[in-house]
Amino acid sequence: MAEFWAYVLGLSLLLYVLLDGFDLGVGILYPFAPDARARDHMMQAISPVWDGNETWLIVAGATLFGAFPAAYAILVGAFHLPVIVMLCGLILRGVAFEFRGRAGERRWLWSASFAAGSYVAAFAQGTAVGAFVQELPVHDGRFVGSQFFWLTPYALLCGVGLVLGYALLGASWLVRKTEGDVRAFGYRTLPWIIGGLAAFLALAGIGVFALHLRIAAQWFERPYLFLFLAAGTAAAALLVWSSLRRRDAWPLPASMAMFCAAFATMVFAVLPYIVPFSVTIPQAAAPESTLRFLFWGAGVVVLPITLIYTAAVYVIFRGKLRITDGDGSVEGADSRRAHPTDPAGGGGATPARSPLGREVTQSAATTTSPVLGLAWLAVAVAVLLGRRP
Amino acid sequence: MDLTALLLSRIQFAFTISFHIIFPAFTIGLAAWLAFLETMSLVTGRAVYRKLFDFWLRIFAIAFGLGVVSGIVMAFQFGTNWSELSRMSGGIQGGLLAYESYTAFALEAAFFGVLMFGRDRVPPWAYWASCVMISLGTNLSSYWILANNSWMQHPVGFTRGADGVFTPTDWVEILFNDVAIKRFVHMILAAYVTTAFCVAATGAWYALRRRRAEEAGTMMRMGLRLAAVLVPLQLLAGHLVGGYVVKHQPSKIAALEGRWHSAQPAGEVLIGWPMPSEGRNAYEIKLPAPVGSLIDSSSTTAREVGILDIPEADRPNVRIVFFTFRIMVGLGLWMLALAWLGAWLGWRHGRLERARWLLWPMFLSFPAGFVATLMGWFTAEVGRQPFVVYGHLRTADALTPQLTTGAVAFTLGLFGVVYAAIFLSGTLYIYRTLRKGPEALRPIRGSATNAKRPLAVPGDGPHPQPAE
Ligand code: HDD
Ligand code: HEM
Ligand code: HEM
Repeated sequence: MAEFWAYVLGLSLLLYVLLDGFDLGVGILYPFAPDARARDHMMQAISPVWDGNETWLIVAGATLFGAFPAAYAILVGAFHLPVIVMLCGLILRGVAFEFRGRAGERRWLWSASFAAGSYVAAFAQGTAVGAFVQELPVHDGRFVGSQFFWLTPYALLCGVGLVLGYALLGASWLVRKTEGDVRAFGYRTLPWIIGGLAAFLALAGIGVFALHLRIAAQWFERPYLFLFLAAGTAAAALLVWSSLRRRDAWPLPASMAMFCAAFATMVFAVLPYIVPFSVTIPQAAAPESTLRFLFWGAGVVVLPITLIYTAAVYVIFRGKLRITDGDGSVEGADSRRAHPTDPAGGGGATPARSPLGREVTQSAATTTSPVLGLAWLAVAVAVLLGRRP
Repeated sequence: MDLTALLLSRIQFAFTISFHIIFPAFTIGLAAWLAFLETMSLVTGRAVYRKLFDFWLRIFAIAFGLGVVSGIVMAFQFGTNWSELSRMSGGIQGGLLAYESYTAFALEAAFFGVLMFGRDRVPPWAYWASCVMISLGTNLSSYWILANNSWMQHPVGFTRGADGVFTPTDWVEILFNDVAIKRFVHMILAAYVTTAFCVAATGAWYALRRRRAEEAGTMMRMGLRLAAVLVPLQLLAGHLVGGYVVKHQPSKIAALEGRWHSAQPAGEVLIGWPMPSEGRNAYEIKLPAPVGSLIDSSSTTAREVGILDIPEADRPNVRIVFFTFRIMVGLGLWMLALAWLGAWLGWRHGRLERARWLLWPMFLSFPAGFVATLMGWFTAEVGRQPFVVYGHLRTADALTPQLTTGAVAFTLGLFGVVYAAIFLSGTLYIYRTLRKGPEALRPIRGSATNAKRPLAVPGDGPHPQPAE
């Protein structure tokens, strides 16, 4: 049972990073956009999906609390400040989508809160990951460090790194989903971001060894970690190639693959620990009765619904978005059909229905989500069978 | 850890949850109200129901969005500020709260989108079914929360290890004990009464401004009739909830009754000014024995506990509990009077509209339900102090150990600023929608961005289009 919930936790965290990553990234690029029109378009390009993406954070949080309360207590407690700052960032950014359009003169305020919220959330998350990798001081199943233990140069470096990483996802999303000046803007920023990330990775790599982090030693104990490194390198090559050749469809899968490789490296370097090198998954797991109680409702019923829902949204909004002026919202293809003459529908983006190339530009998430759904089913079945002695 | 970090954490929790509860209290009732309007519209085919439905749907959307945003914060606060509580009782509370989050998602994912944007796309029965499911879902969501909070008020179905960890042994008992069920009924009725008064007050507002006579009359009559039935039921439910307090939480009942000395039989303090240092109430007005025993224990001879018989370290803040309880009950009686009077006048055509002396208090009573609900929670939560899990775990031992005063002061300030900004913008928007009234609004466009917006505040499009 604990294994099943560990898979769910990993899956929801990964989905969160990949999906919310690109829309936070768009927020990070937002201040650099060439003009106000492009900024409107950028917001429209994520408005159909951003909140569904954020859902995965709460799924992850609820799963952590329900299935691994000891780890929840250590991690969320230790990261008191980053977590609350991140939540406030997400709130300010979330309401901006709706308030911006009707704020009249104070529109700039909500634009600012959109961008600032994105930076704050990404930086706080990156800092927490950095501190996580550096290990938390834990004794006897309890956090024993100080309130500011996470405030280290290495963790702050990781904060910057995640801002850059999300910006990469954001720019990749823009080149894939938009046309015209926003797409061009995406391509312009990609080299800068890639350069910045390369510098970050070099620094972080040096840091890991210079600080003698235990996670560095894992590379030698678990050589298979180099497989992820290889996969990540291949993905980086694909990214560079596709952004040089202007292959709109490829930067996003490539940068998502890089994130997957990094995520997998971290997870497999840390396993079986859930709090690095002090608390293991079985140690943190809730009592068996709790895990079973959760499994038969949340695990079997609700999780698949959420997965299917996520997949459905990406299917509906697949392809390029045709973005128009005005601060209107993005429209799905079907809503267009339902309101062919809606006078107020002028401001909005619709999936462009160019007859060719639809399959090529299908969103990576669209194609991966059903796969993830199947993967979930496989895990559920495996756990059910595995319970039999 | 120091004492101020504890105090500030308590204030922070109270602030964020009080902010949160305002929205669910409204949306639980509105969801039911919308389901009811849709049913009436299907059965009678009268246009006014459809118009009211479209109108209240917008308000529902904003309130729902704010409820969700603030709820997400709650889900993380157990860890950030109460990590010792999470560590020890996570096996029980984590499970219940995870269910609440998961349930809310499934609900929104499946039905909220249909409700907001699916009017033209699904058959009428499916639309109606979505309304009903949303209403059921908000109730279910509340049940998990109430079961969770009731477990903290009256812990059952567990064993506790040497490390302090609570392990659930009986989920049926945890979920369906009589305390949880009674408190759930009291809370749900509170939400319905709150909404009924908001609807009636909106009607009264229009009537005072002599606008939209038909919708105003319908809203007032429906709201008041509903309240005329629900408020007495709520008072009964409150009495039953009081029953569990008498049975399981002597320190709380003594504080909310303002009873200092144990007595057999006991009297009933109506009003006064509790003086904890002197162990008595100043300016006390008191009904003689055995009224107190009758109310608390339905007996003329029962012994009732006084605060002074409870160890000083185990006493809650008497003054807060005493007054919040009286405000709740007082508002209940006030709402009862308004609802009965208004419903009686509303029976005959036109009399209610002419009774402007009644329309004013009705209009001004729109916050009555919210205030009563908050005061009820304050009674329940402050009365449970100094325990966080009653009788088992003290609040001081539940705090995240490494918290410093400065850090909590900072996060509390941050919440204050952020919540003030979104609360003011959100209520401004609700107010504008209410002021425009039903007929000025077009039905929500099908140009939905995404149906499910857990962190957004949906409303009508960025450019509300007046039809006139
Ligand atoms: C599932 C649990 C739960 C639920 C549903 C609620 N609370 Fe609560 N409340 C707590 C769990 C809790 C807590 C975590 O147990 C606190 C924090 C510190 C404490 O002693 O109890 C608390 C404290 C607390 C305090 C401060 C008491 C004090 O420290 O003196 C207030 C005023 C409220 N709450 C008010 C509310 C309101 C208005 C609620 C309505 C929604 C509510 N609570 C629901
Ligand atoms: C500590 C206490 C609480 C926590 C941790 C909490 C948590 C949450 C969370 C995480 C959400 C958002 C779920 C989503 O994303 O869809 C939410 C929404 C909701 N909560 Fe709470 N909540 C608490 C108290 C309450 C109480 C006391 C009630 C009512 C009895 C309540 C009723 C609801 C409802 C009905 C919703 C759906 C959204 C809405 O209608 O506004 N919650 N809550
Ligand atoms: C004669 C009238 C009433 C009585 C005797 C009464 C009694 C009580 C008592 C004893 C509690 C504390 C329960 C606990 O500690 O868990 C309580 C809580 C509460 N009351 Fe009332 N109440 C009355 C009217 C109302 C009204 C009119 C409302 C709202 C419209 C309301 C809303 C609440 C709420 C939301 C709570 C907190 C939830 C809970 O603890 O169950 N009450 N009530």
